[in-house]
Amino acid sequence: MNKVSSLGLAVTIAVLVALPFILPNAYYLDVAIRMAINAIIVLSLNMLVGFAGQISLGHAGFIGIGAYASAVLPTHFGWPPIAALLAGAAMSGILAALIARPIFNLRGHYLAMATLGLGIILSMVVRNETVLTGGPDGIAVPALGLFGFEMTSEKQWYWLIAAMLVVSVWATLNLVDSPFGRALRALHGSEVASQVVGVAVARYKVAVFVLSAVGASVMGSVTAHYVGFVTPNIADFFHSIELVTMVVVGGMASVFGSVVGAVLLTALPQALAKFEGWETVAFGAILMLTMIFLPKGLVPTLAARWGREG
Amino acid sequence: MALLDVKNLSKSFGGVHAVEDVSFAVSEGVIYSVIGPNGAGKTTLFNLVTGIYTPSGGEIHLDGTHIVGRPPHDLAAMGVARTFQNLQVCMNMSAMENVMVGAHLHLDRHLIKAMLRLPKMAAREKALREEVAELMRFVGLERYLDSRAESMPYGALKRLEIARALAARPRLLFLDEPAAGLNPKETGEIDELVRKIAASGVTVVLVEHDMKLVMNLSHYILVLDYGKKLAEGTAEEVRNNPEVITAYLGVHA
Amino acid sequence: MLAQFLQFLFSGVTVGATYALAALGFTLIYNASHVINFAQGEFIMLGGMLTVFFLASGLPMPVAVLLAILIPAAVGVLLEKLAIEPAKDAEVVALIIITIGASLVIRGLTQVWLGKGTHALPPFSGDEPIDILGATLQPQSLWVLGVTAAVVAALWYFFSRTLAGKAILATSYNPLAARLVGINTSWVLFVSYALAGALGAIGGILITPITLTSYDVGIMLGLKGFVAAVVGGLGSGLGAVLGGLFVGIVEAMAAGYISSAYKDAVPFILILLILFFKPRGLFGGNVTERV
Repeated sequence: MNKVSSLGLAVTIAVLVALPFILPNAYYLDVAIRMAINAIIVLSLNMLVGFAGQISLGHAGFIGIGAYASAVLPTHFGWPPIAALLAGAAMSGILAALIARPIFNLRGHYLAMATLGLGIILSMVVRNETVLTGGPDGIAVPALGLFGFEMTSEKQWYWLIAAMLVVSVWATLNLVDSPFGRALRALHGSEVASQVVGVAVARYKVAVFVLSAVGASVMGSVTAHYVGFVTPNIADFFHSIELVTMVVVGGMASVFGSVVGAVLLTALPQALAKFEGWETVAFGAILMLTMIFLPKGLVPTLAARWGREG
Repeated sequence: MALLDVKNLSKSFGGVHAVEDVSFAVSEGVIYSVIGPNGAGKTTLFNLVTGIYTPSGGEIHLDGTHIVGRPPHDLAAMGVARTFQNLQVCMNMSAMENVMVGAHLHLDRHLIKAMLRLPKMAAREKALREEVAELMRFVGLERYLDSRAESMPYGALKRLEIARALAARPRLLFLDEPAAGLNPKETGEIDELVRKIAASGVTVVLVEHDMKLVMNLSHYILVLDYGKKLAEGTAEEVRNNPEVITAYLGVHA
Repeated sequence: MLAQFLQFLFSGVTVGATYALAALGFTLIYNASHVINFAQGEFIMLGGMLTVFFLASGLPMPVAVLLAILIPAAVGVLLEKLAIEPAKDAEVVALIIITIGASLVIRGLTQVWLGKGTHALPPFSGDEPIDILGATLQPQSLWVLGVTAAVVAALWYFFSRTLAGKAILATSYNPLAARLVGINTSWVLFVSYALAGALGAIGGILITPITLTSYDVGIMLGLKGFVAAVVGGLGSGLGAVLGGLFVGIVEAMAAGYISSAYKDAVPFILILLILFFKPRGLFGGNVTERV
């Protein structure tokens, strides 16, 4: 990890530690928690989209699998929450592994459509299987607990998720600068070049797809336990697009960009909560303007500018 | 036994016979060039031998092992490396990282270990960076050790691809038009570089248009025309071959 | 038995015609600029919503319809000039995201200005159902099929018999070569995007008396239209039409015979199957990559 990344990590930790003491009330803490959850999801998505250069327009589907596993398995089948979380992760991982090979033979638009189709099918399943999932009305989620200890307070959740975020950022920074990570990035840069240096391209695409699916699923479970309730919106197309927006705005293939993108675009719906139509317009405009004027995203563009002046 | 043995190799795209019944052999340690007019099938030949295309017919043996149908990453494990005519540099990475990717198969590619950055891995990364810096100096890229690939000029990128190929420590290196787009001074530098590489024990096969470079450099030459083998031999033999002269210079040569 | 089958067939073909028009819109834009326009569905939505809006404002039907076709065409052109052209050399991902963004903007503005309500249009020639072998066919379905067929015929004539149409096709095969022979590629883009907008809008107007309209019908219609375009073979006009009908019919049959809850999932299952087994679609061409 180079000096800039270490500094960034230190700043992230410092901010996360200071935040609970600065924020005025529980509402802001809740927003911060949602930002951190989104940041972790965006990190996992960015691995696939930014680093490996693939596309996924259906990522919310995996979040849905995790969320509903954590809701349905304990509620209807009496599973302990941690087991349900692991089951959700396993289901997402297996689905991703099965579907990755045929999907990643596709390129560009076809790949985008396949991931889109997958996400939509998943979101329809959770919406329609009313008996299990409660349908459009949603389903309550029992508290997250282990051996009798249960997560209940806002503060507990904050520290748990902040810790997860720090670990995720650290692990991703390590991964980027490793042979595995470079192979992924080379995949993005030139698939044929990476083939001739020995990267088994198909295997790597499957691996990164599974990795990001599992990450999304785990965070889906975490979200379900945190909110205490799950509705089918968590798996729908608009959620997938929100996540892609966060990746794109923050910076594709940028670890800190993922965090920044998540923070900014989690705050936006909160700010525009009363103006539904405008929220949609704002997201759309941000997507367009960013891809046209700042195609590398906020963090890489700013970093390049400072680099030039420094 | 030749390092690379190609027999009756053919490739058709629809009705176009890009390569037709070509046979040749490359011994270990030589510099072997493939020449021919544009459209003769040189790059297609390269793509066939390096696993990017699958032949319509024929056999390829690497050190006695049958390699037709093997994907490029398998061939990389067998010691084959190549550069590309239309540069395939990863512009999203730094110059150094591009070369580091070349060493892919010699590194610990474990995912979990990478995320945890165990001490042994961190040490290996540091050693790798030094090895790569050496390689970049070897090919003449000392000025670009800290550069991003996207900011490098064309000539430097061509050498970067060569450095990346060398990072894999290949036995057999395919250079696809290494001097294309370079001025005479740069071409001279490529000549020196190829000699250095061959001297270090790597067998080099190259496709080139620059006749002076080819004639000076090569131990053996294969001449292709319209996908077929026209001649094979030493530079002297090929230079004086009447059919080669006709193909290149027309009948009134 | 037969009556039931025919019933499903009729509704499938009717909605399939809308998909066909959407798919044609996708195909036009894809051929002209190699962009998948995720905002195509919003043109369909605008067709219906604008007609409703203009009628409610007191304009006579023909004027309302005309405006409801011209405005989406203009939106299409705006999209090309403001969003696609500035990002011409961007990666595929970037262009996809831009058009998704555009669809959000269009949908959001419609929600803000025209509200979230669901609206209907009166059927063009009454709603007395026609009885055919036990199944009922709505007169509006005949309008849908008839107008779609006329539009497709007109497009076919335009692209194969007129110089302008051939110029557009030439540009889709090789833009640089087209420019070199004097074809104004800017104009080609203009026409393609305007036509795509108009086609979507026409489909939307035709189908609204049957399926109603609201600010968010665009998403599903657009996506299914895209599925139709891919099923038929991206870039093929004939493929788009046949693909649209195919998707519509399969959807209706599945909804009727298997499960109506998962009706909307059918096109997406279809597209996964097509992408896995026959990604070039039923009529698409082949491409090899040069290394």
